[in-house]
Amino acid sequence: MHASDSAAVQQSVRRYITVFVSLMIFTVITVAASRFHFAVPIAITIALIIAAMKGSMVGTVFMHLSHEKQAIYGTLLLTFVFFIVLLFVPLLTVLDRLHF
Amino acid sequence: MNIPYTVEERPDTGLTNGKFGIWLFLASEVMLFGALFSSYILLRVGAEEWPHGELSVPLGTINTIILISSSMTMVMAWASLKMHNWGKHRLYLSLTLLLSAIFLGIKYVEYSEHFGKGEGPWFNNFFALYFTLTGLHALHIICGMVVMLYFLGPGAKLWKANPDQFTNRIEATGLYWHFVDLVWIFLFPVLYLL
Repeated sequence: MHASDSAAVQQSVRRYITVFVSLMIFTVITVAASRFHFAVPIAITIALIIAAMKGSMVGTVFMHLSHEKQAIYGTLLLTFVFFIVLLFVPLLTVLDRLHF
Repeated sequence: MNIPYTVEERPDTGLTNGKFGIWLFLASEVMLFGALFSSYILLRVGAEEWPHGELSVPLGTINTIILISSSMTMVMAWASLKMHNWGKHRLYLSLTLLLSAIFLGIKYVEYSEHFGKGEGPWFNNFFALYFTLTGLHALHIICGMVVMLYFLGPGAKLWKANPDQFTNRIEATGLYWHFVDLVWIFLFPVLYLL
């Protein structure tokens, strides 16, 4: 292994530790925020924003998405589009009850 | 016959077949869990009342910390291979396995408590979703543990024969494991806190 490779991995390890500590802090914040009795929509928004931040840290650093190949970004973009469609499919079941 | 592109990258994708394969699998997993999250949203939005405080937040928090820690040890198991440190790789992979076993142990305690009180999946929509989502997630943990056991046991022989291919396999295992962690990151607030 080249010395430069080793240095790059060492640098990555420092980034992993930073993300690990951040994830722990965000977990504590998530639990602490749930102790405040916010209105349900606000509580859901706060919890999902923190979860999304944690998820993006896992994705970009632990799963190396910050420097991946185009084929993976394309696959994930397609997945994201279908995921959003999937989330809204259940709405079709209540469309007949909506009045415009 | 050798399987092509296990170590060298395919010219068209710039990826090894294994890596592209695991990402395609993860994409299908997003849709699987997405369908269940979608069911959760529909049931929750349609319910006049939703149970709150049914689950143990301390146990859920401990399990979150355990799973995040296991993601850290998993990525370190891969980084150790990149630095050609076989001993550390074994240590970190064993730690990941241990943490995942503790996670399942805590889940067992939670499940036992609920079943003891008659709060099974049949009890109400909340518990039906809780057991379906966490049960499917636990099944993924078990599958990950089987793969890790394989790489700690018979699969470890590949390191001597083809270290680059072994490192790629651990990377694919890690990608799967981080995805399982990522799913829990969303399950925890949705089920335990909201």
